[in-house]
Amino acid sequence: MKVLVPVKRVIDYNVKARVKSDQSGVDLANVKMSMNPFCEIAVEEAIRLKEKGAVEEIIAVSIGPIQAQETIRTALAMGADRGILIQTDADPEPLQVAKLLKAVALAEGPSLILMGKQAIDGDNSAVGQMLSALLDWPQATFASKIELTASNVRVTREVDGGLQTLELDLPAVVTADLRLNEPRYASLPNIMKAKKKEIAIKTVDDYGGLSAPHLAIVKVTEPAKRVAGVKVENAAELVTKLKIEAGVL
Amino acid sequence: MAVLVVADHDNASLKDNTHKTVTAALALSGVVDVLVAGQGVAAVAAHAAKITGVRKVLTAESDALGKQVAEAVAACVLPLMADYDAVLVPATSVGKNFTPRVAALLDVAAISEIVEVVDVNTFVRAIYAGNALETIKSSDTKKVITVRATAFKAADEGGSAPISAVDAGPGAAKSRFVSDEIVKSDRPELAGAKIVVSGGRAMGSAEEFHRVIEPLADKLGAAVGASRAAVDAGYAPNDYQVGQTGKVVAPQLYIAIGISGAIQHLAGMKDSKVIVAINKDADAPIFQVADYGLVSDYKTAVPELMAALTAAGV
Repeated sequence: MKVLVPVKRVIDYNVKARVKSDQSGVDLANVKMSMNPFCEIAVEEAIRLKEKGAVEEIIAVSIGPIQAQETIRTALAMGADRGILIQTDADPEPLQVAKLLKAVALAEGPSLILMGKQAIDGDNSAVGQMLSALLDWPQATFASKIELTASNVRVTREVDGGLQTLELDLPAVVTADLRLNEPRYASLPNIMKAKKKEIAIKTVDDYGGLSAPHLAIVKVTEPAKRVAGVKVENAAELVTKLKIEAGVL
Repeated sequence: MAVLVVADHDNASLKDNTHKTVTAALALSGVVDVLVAGQGVAAVAAHAAKITGVRKVLTAESDALGKQVAEAVAACVLPLMADYDAVLVPATSVGKNFTPRVAALLDVAAISEIVEVVDVNTFVRAIYAGNALETIKSSDTKKVITVRATAFKAADEGGSAPISAVDAGPGAAKSRFVSDEIVKSDRPELAGAKIVVSGGRAMGSAEEFHRVIEPLADKLGAAVGASRAAVDAGYAPNDYQVGQTGKVVAPQLYIAIGISGAIQHLAGMKDSKVIVAINKDADAPIFQVADYGLVSDYKTAVPELMAALTAAGV
């Protein structure tokens, strides 16, 4: 069984995004970039499924600039088998990404697409669901547990108020939530081995081209800053302030 | 133009997120209908019909809709879109799950978690965990949008819109509901609560979290939240988590106890009206966003706060 894992190169989780002064976007020059944390969780899960013997091959695919090879290389060092980079300097919208990934899925024929529930830059949480709809494969988003058999996958999902478990026929699309697993660090021998693994560099035209965008960014601004308020001496003063000054009790 | 709002409910009761999403919809158009897709939703539909500004309420019922299976909900909404120029859905775990499917099947963009309607084509949404706000303009003639409900005021009640049934659609052929583990609670729901009391890693254990945070929340009629650190450490269940990767809340009063204030937590609560921080570390970043800060160990501060609340007649 093949598993396809889309991975995205994004601003590192620990770096605070800063808005450009011309309001055209977030400043990514000289900023540390890493694999989107939810994609990392998806890669880890694919590797665990392979270690259990349920999966033979893991293909990591990324859409982005040439540097996104580094993101794929990270997935290969963790344990993915080969990579595909669809090289583009465009910043495609979720629908454009889903269409390209659909073409990749049809070309590679995976039984499972395992991907992050959202990217921490655009925070859309849309590509997995769109891809599932375009392929007409069933979906399970926000996964916290995955059990794979030859013909189906049972997924426990994090929903408001608790958990929901679904069973999907394969092939299927599953998106990973935070608590699915804790991704491993790549060991030095595996990092060395990953250098020999294949990354195919493709263009969007290899997968049907980039569809037209539907959204235009008008501006990107900083949210209103909260200013620090006052320090109170004790609980009684706090209650008085909340009651009289703020009127929220 | 006409706008469809998909109601947030649990088959038994309508959630306030629906009222807030109706407000966002009314900013787009005066013609707003509400779809209640579920199973056994007569009471929910009757409630939705009272929301001021709603033209009519549509109901669709099936087992798969009752479980909110994404494929089923999307398949129900899709044919209705022939009559609407936009669909607005509260950005709950249900809304986020099915809405992008509707967009993909209509071949339009999915516009996620808007916080403001600028005009019929232009919307504001948070990106980078709320560290930036993006204003985007859609060129689609039909818009598919999820709404961050906390950013909108709830529409009033007082209307009496007509209710009619629509086709539930084909359900989900390739996925099946297996089971639910929904935690029942008498406390208000985190996302819509007027007051939220949250605990952090300083609690040190699940027992301590229960002992300290829950009585205070119950005294205030508040929902209980937690930082990611507290959830990851197992002190509080996953669905208590407030933050970038958890729930986004904007209550009247947010009380953070023993929470340092990591960026990822602030992203989930910084739009609260009044923020109180109780932390023994005077340099904790949470104090930079707090309206009222109390530098004190929660072990002494929370009992004192309980006593002060009682003394003040709360």
